[in-house]
Parts: sequence; C-alpha cells; structure tokens
Amino acid sequence: MADVIDDKIKNYRTAPFDARFPNTNQTRNCFQNYLDFHRCNKALSSKGQDASPCEWYQRVYQSLCPMSWVEKWNGQIEDGSFAGKI
Amino acid sequence: MAHPTQLGFQDAASPVMEELLHFHDHALMIVLLISTLVLYIITAMVSTKLTNKYILDSQEIEIVWTILPAVILVLIALPSLRILYLMDEINDPHLTIKAMGHQWYWSYEYTDYENLGFDSYMVPTQDLAPGQFRLLETDHRMVVPMESPVRVLVSAEDVLHSWAVPSLGVKMDAVPGRLNQAAFIASRPGVFYGQCSEICGANHSFMPIVVEAVPLEHFENWSSLMLEDA
Repeated sequence: MADVIDDKIKNYRTAPFDARFPNTNQTRNCFQNYLDFHRCNKALSSKGQDASPCEWYQRVYQSLCPMSWVEKWNGQIEDGSFAGKI
Repeated sequence: MAHPTQLGFQDAASPVMEELLHFHDHALMIVLLISTLVLYIITAMVSTKLTNKYILDSQEIEIVWTILPAVILVLIALPSLRILYLMDEINDPHLTIKAMGHQWYWSYEYTDYENLGFDSYMVPTQDLAPGQFRLLETDHRMVVPMESPVRVLVSAEDVLHSWAVPSLGVKMDAVPGRLNQAAFIASRPGVFYGQCSEICGANHSFMPIVVEAVPLEHFENWSSLMLEDA
C-alpha cells in the first residue's frame, strides 16, 4: 500500500481530477488537502509511524493553493488561530 | 490579438475556441438568413400592387411557420449543447498554474514542483520596443507548454478581476477567497493576449494577460531560468 502511494508521489505531475470537487469552484479542494496533510501528519506522528504517505496531500495542496493562502494558514497554525480542525 | 476594424473573433488557438467559432458562424448564418427573408417579405408587402387584403386564415401556412422555427431552434440547440458538454468534460491536466489578480497586475504561480511565482505588469507605452503592442504587452509572460492540457486556478488578492484570453476561449472571474478553475490546451505555439475583464479600479484597462505557448523543452528551460532569477 505504501509503495503504491510512493509510486504516485514519484510520478506526480499535478493535482489529478478529484471527483469530490467536480465543478469550477476548487476552493474546498485546496483547503481539504491542506487540512488532510496536517491531520495525516498529526495522526501518523502520534502513533510513531512514518509520515511519508502524507506527502501526497502536501503535493496536491501546494499545486492548488495560492502561496499567500498557505503562508497565511501556516502563520495561523503557529499562532494557534487557525480556524480548521486539525 | 485584435486588429483595427476587426469584426469577428480572433484566430482560435485552442480546440474549444475553434468549436465556439464554428458554432458562432453556424448560428449567425441562420440569423442572417432569417433576417434577409423577413426584410424581403417586408419590402415585397410594401411594394405590391395587389389589392386583396382580406385573407382571414390559412391552416397550411400556420403549420409551416410553427414547425419550421421549431426545427431551426433544434438545429441551433444541438451543436450548442454538444459544445457545452465538451467544455464540461473531465480534464486531466499536465500542469497547474495559479493566476492571482491584484490592483493592477496579475501574478502567476507554478507550484507543482518548486515554488515559482512572479508578477506580470503591463509595459508602459513609453517603454515599448518597436513592433510591440500598446496596452497589451507585459514584462513577464505566462509561459505554457503547447499541446498540453493546462489547469488555471484564478483568484484575486483584493477586488474582483477576470482572467480572459479570447483566442484560447477562456474567461474566468477572479474572486477574492475563491479559487475558480479553467482549463485549456494551446493547439499551436504562439503569443496570446487578453485583458482584465472585470472593472477593478483606476487601472483596470492596464493589466493585460499574455500567454506564451512553447514546446515542452523551451518551457522547461524557461522555468529553470525563472527559478534561478527569483
């Protein structure tokens, strides 16, 4: 399972079509992958497991999310003022 | 780009725009034929010397001028819906670029691999080189590989803008806090111009868009160079 994900990450080109977000508005696609990356990191690290599968979510949100949004959210996470549940 | 006294669309640079162009030709031809027919009938009615004006009803012609317009409408609707569904197909992009609207410039972000971002300001008229286009040229162009499906995510950092490139058949509103997806394929190499299409303040007319489609190797060289300069 892990090597399937490693393969996908190695052959990554750009964020693929996500059927959960089929329409023009991709805002939630970006935000969801950002949340999923941090949740994945938190979940796997807390169990002491390797967090490298989480890199998929990171690649996707980096492709989709504007850099200014990511910087703002990273700052909010550091401050503790981030609105999403991680 | 547009040229003086232009009446029709700019030459298509993407398959979708080609379809839109042909559909427009089809719909416009129907409209022109109907208008010509009506104008002819009006002039014929006005200039006739016939005097019997008391025909009260006629089943046959009523049937004809009910069925015929319905048929014409179907002939317009079928190609129209075909294109609508074509544009709605699931895309599998090779590349994602973010186009962020600011007052009064666009910024482009290529973040699939590295974090490449740069601003694209209009070249002021006094700084144009000979042969360049007034109010259309920018200091940095959005370079894309040709014949590759490209996803553009359009947003804005301040007020509403709109990212439009007519020859690619793309126009997408830039809304702060929202990420709008548009997709295109540049069928041929070239330079394609567009302008901000949503009023956004004093310099709304002076924040153009330039897309440059090049072969893949040239795109890779360009992105390496841009990353070094950053």
